[in-house]
Amino acid sequence: MNAHSMAVAGTPVTHKGEVLLSVENVSLRFGGVKAITDVSFDIRKGEIRAIIGPNGAGKTSMLNCINGFYHPQEGRITYKGVRRAKVRPHQAAAAGIARTFQNVALFKGMSTLDNIMTGRTLKMRKGFFWQALRHGPAMSEEIEHRKVVEDIIDFLQIQHIRKLPVGKLPYGLQKRVELGRALAMEPELLLLDEPMAGMNLEEKEDMCRFILDVNNQFGTTIALIEHDMGVVMDLSDRVVVLEYGRKIADGTPAEVKADQRVIDAYLGVAH
Amino acid sequence: MASAAAAVADTFPKLVLRNARERGARVAFRHKDLGIWQSWTWAEVAEQVRAYARGFEQLGLKRGEKVAIIGYNRPRLYWSMAAAQWLGAIPVPVYADSVADEMAYVLDHAGAVFACVQDQEQVDKVLSVVERLPNLRHMLYDEPRGLRDYDHAKLHDIGDVIEAGRAALKDAAVSAAHDREMEQGASDDLAIILYTSGTTGRPKGVMLTHFNIITAAEIGCGFDGLNESDEIIAYLPIAWVGDHVFSYAQAIIAGFCVNCPEGPETVVDDRREIGTTYAFAPPRVFETMLTLTMVRMEDAGPLMRKLFHYFLGVAKQHGEKILNGEPVPLGARLLYKLGDIIIYAPLRNRFGLTNIKVGYTAGEAIGPELFRFYRSIGVNLKQLYGQTEAGVYITMQPDGEIKADTVGKPAPQVEIRIADNGEVLYRSPSIFRGYYKDDEKTAETMTEDGYVRSGDAGFFDESGHLKIIDRAKDVGKLNSGELFPPKYIENKLKFYPNIKEVVAFGQGRDYATVALNIDLTAVGNWAERNNVVYASYQELAGHPQVYEMMAKHVDEVNRSLAAEPMMGGAQIKRFLILHKELDADDGELTRTQKVRRGFIAERYAPLVEALYNGSTQADISTEVTFEDGRKGVISATVKVADAKIYPVTAPAAKEAA
Repeated sequence: MNAHSMAVAGTPVTHKGEVLLSVENVSLRFGGVKAITDVSFDIRKGEIRAIIGPNGAGKTSMLNCINGFYHPQEGRITYKGVRRAKVRPHQAAAAGIARTFQNVALFKGMSTLDNIMTGRTLKMRKGFFWQALRHGPAMSEEIEHRKVVEDIIDFLQIQHIRKLPVGKLPYGLQKRVELGRALAMEPELLLLDEPMAGMNLEEKEDMCRFILDVNNQFGTTIALIEHDMGVVMDLSDRVVVLEYGRKIADGTPAEVKADQRVIDAYLGVAH
Repeated sequence: MASAAAAVADTFPKLVLRNARERGARVAFRHKDLGIWQSWTWAEVAEQVRAYARGFEQLGLKRGEKVAIIGYNRPRLYWSMAAAQWLGAIPVPVYADSVADEMAYVLDHAGAVFACVQDQEQVDKVLSVVERLPNLRHMLYDEPRGLRDYDHAKLHDIGDVIEAGRAALKDAAVSAAHDREMEQGASDDLAIILYTSGTTGRPKGVMLTHFNIITAAEIGCGFDGLNESDEIIAYLPIAWVGDHVFSYAQAIIAGFCVNCPEGPETVVDDRREIGTTYAFAPPRVFETMLTLTMVRMEDAGPLMRKLFHYFLGVAKQHGEKILNGEPVPLGARLLYKLGDIIIYAPLRNRFGLTNIKVGYTAGEAIGPELFRFYRSIGVNLKQLYGQTEAGVYITMQPDGEIKADTVGKPAPQVEIRIADNGEVLYRSPSIFRGYYKDDEKTAETMTEDGYVRSGDAGFFDESGHLKIIDRAKDVGKLNSGELFPPKYIENKLKFYPNIKEVVAFGQGRDYATVALNIDLTAVGNWAERNNVVYASYQELAGHPQVYEMMAKHVDEVNRSLAAEPMMGGAQIKRFLILHKELDADDGELTRTQKVRRGFIAERYAPLVEALYNGSTQADISTEVTFEDGRKGVISATVKVADAKIYPVTAPAAKEAA
């Protein structure tokens, strides 16, 4: 697959720095259901970190814990060296964590441009009153934001759908718009929940390239959940594998691929 | 003949400087980027090109070396051409969508030492074949995205190269020497090498001088009265001669503005925003626009739909005549005017053709219906016939003399001659200087007296318009020595909605014959209305009344062939209607629905024999393949009918100036 050569050309594994986010002994329960049990791993600055595992392994729950949507009963999550108490999603967003969703969550009736513009909400300085007037300082601020949004549109090559309502777009493009909205926040940590689900090969290759480019050009740290093993192995620097809410492996793609427990989890094993 | 501009500015860099002097404040290039049309005036373009050329020189580019240009239509890629020409280097534009292997061939054959490319995609493509390109020294790119971590020893951002050049030009001595370098350029220097896409064999590099291109561009500008107020959108491949002449040469000669769209997908919207006055597109572009509109109209409300179809009917009846300035009754004129207000004008706006002065279609034959549609709604669409070797123009349609089935009269300064085998030969000041590194092919293509063999067969009709029949190698001869153009005959018959497929026979025989396929939908519809009962295609095809209908069509075609020079001998003497539909599954058609004449002649040998031995019917049984792969046999008795041959009325082929 093309993604492989791109990975070789695009991401030399050099700029991975200190730990940006660490997850320590986290457990999450919904009543009697244990979604996550005693999971620890870290995400280093500038890396692409994949979280993989069979269905129901707790991957999305993990992302939800990281961006404050769920609050784990046990364990702790440290972001940029600060241990977090009960963070709410908007606080996580303000701290530089953006995400996309497994099921596209866009405003269907709004245009691509407006959807991505909503990603700028947290960066708006002028109040509601000024924005509504759309005059003076609010106007110049909007132009600034528009410039950022246009850069993202250019980056993701979605110029042709700039003015189209998102609901009318094919799925692959909606996913791209959603990535655009997350990028509009200029995040430090980008959480991608199955960015390539339901895409055809060409769309996947495009998305791979965008993810690599985001990482490469903006230095954004990326944590992604993905089922396509080829993609995961090509894109990510390190992979953490979950099964039934527990961590069963953690390491480079090559290490993980050779791990017997991972093979068992994916291929199934006689009990 | 010396061109008018030659006295002062005889190369493109000189012309760019002339534009900077004479119309420095006018906008020369626009590029939609970040949702906004960014623009550059002629003065800015001249400054950029000058600095860029200096940047090239600092990287070691020398006179006579080749610079490959790869990418979609971007201002800086056009400037790369001018900057290379400044130093006397020769730009070689390459099709951006060609695969790495083809690209490697062209780059290697041209011996390109520099490659100016659009983005990471093209950089990767060139890098993937770099070991086959020993001459390549540097690569320059327009868009830096994704290229940050690449090894930049031989890779440069065009912006940086221009900056470096600009910094060096601050030194007065360097600046003066740099201008002297440009002054050395002469009109007989090679301006560009354009590789023809090459449907057969490897691409050939067509060498054109500044004089060739300037002459060609002046022909076009003069013919349609182009001037500095015109606007065009550049979206066709930069390696194609049409784009090079339209978006580069003519823009620089006439000083009009070239608009580069955001991307290939946004062309239609961008064109609407600009309101281009001059357009050039292959037929499929027009076809796609029309199809999209028709599909959308099906979703419109019933009133809108009714209005739309009613006024399209009015346009079909009167629109073209009004555009051609022919007399039209006052009532029809008023009705058309009304239609213009509520339908045609919004439609033209939708297509981005509101301000259009002239639109050209070229590249392949355009369907007459499609062509007339655009003309009927008031778009002055014309056809032209051109080739890379000609510096594009061979024939063009003058205003008021537009026909759907001809490609027009010889362009100014172009002489055309029809060879004995029907091949169109042409000569003009703008014809090429030969194929790069291929004297053998050049010799094959040029006649001794300086004409170029076009490879297409055609003839002049009674009004002096050229008609292209087919590729010359496909045109055969009857035993009598008369021309036999199978595709031309087939297309004439296929023009009737009742006829679906046609196979013409006649190569090496005494006369021409055809085997027909009726169109089951159209003829079935007719049968229903006329109480003709039938159970199968085979039965309908053999029906006497259907034979009568076909005889009428064949008769009309014969009459029209008789009236055309050199075509009279190819009239259809006998015909039959095939008992089964030709099918790609049986190998009778190619997958692109073209008839495979040779194969059909073999498969239906008894029928072909009957066409020539005078019998009135023949038995045939053929094996057919059903869609599920099973095979069966269809047998039938097929009637053979005679057709009337008309005396040839057209004068013998005449020479046109």
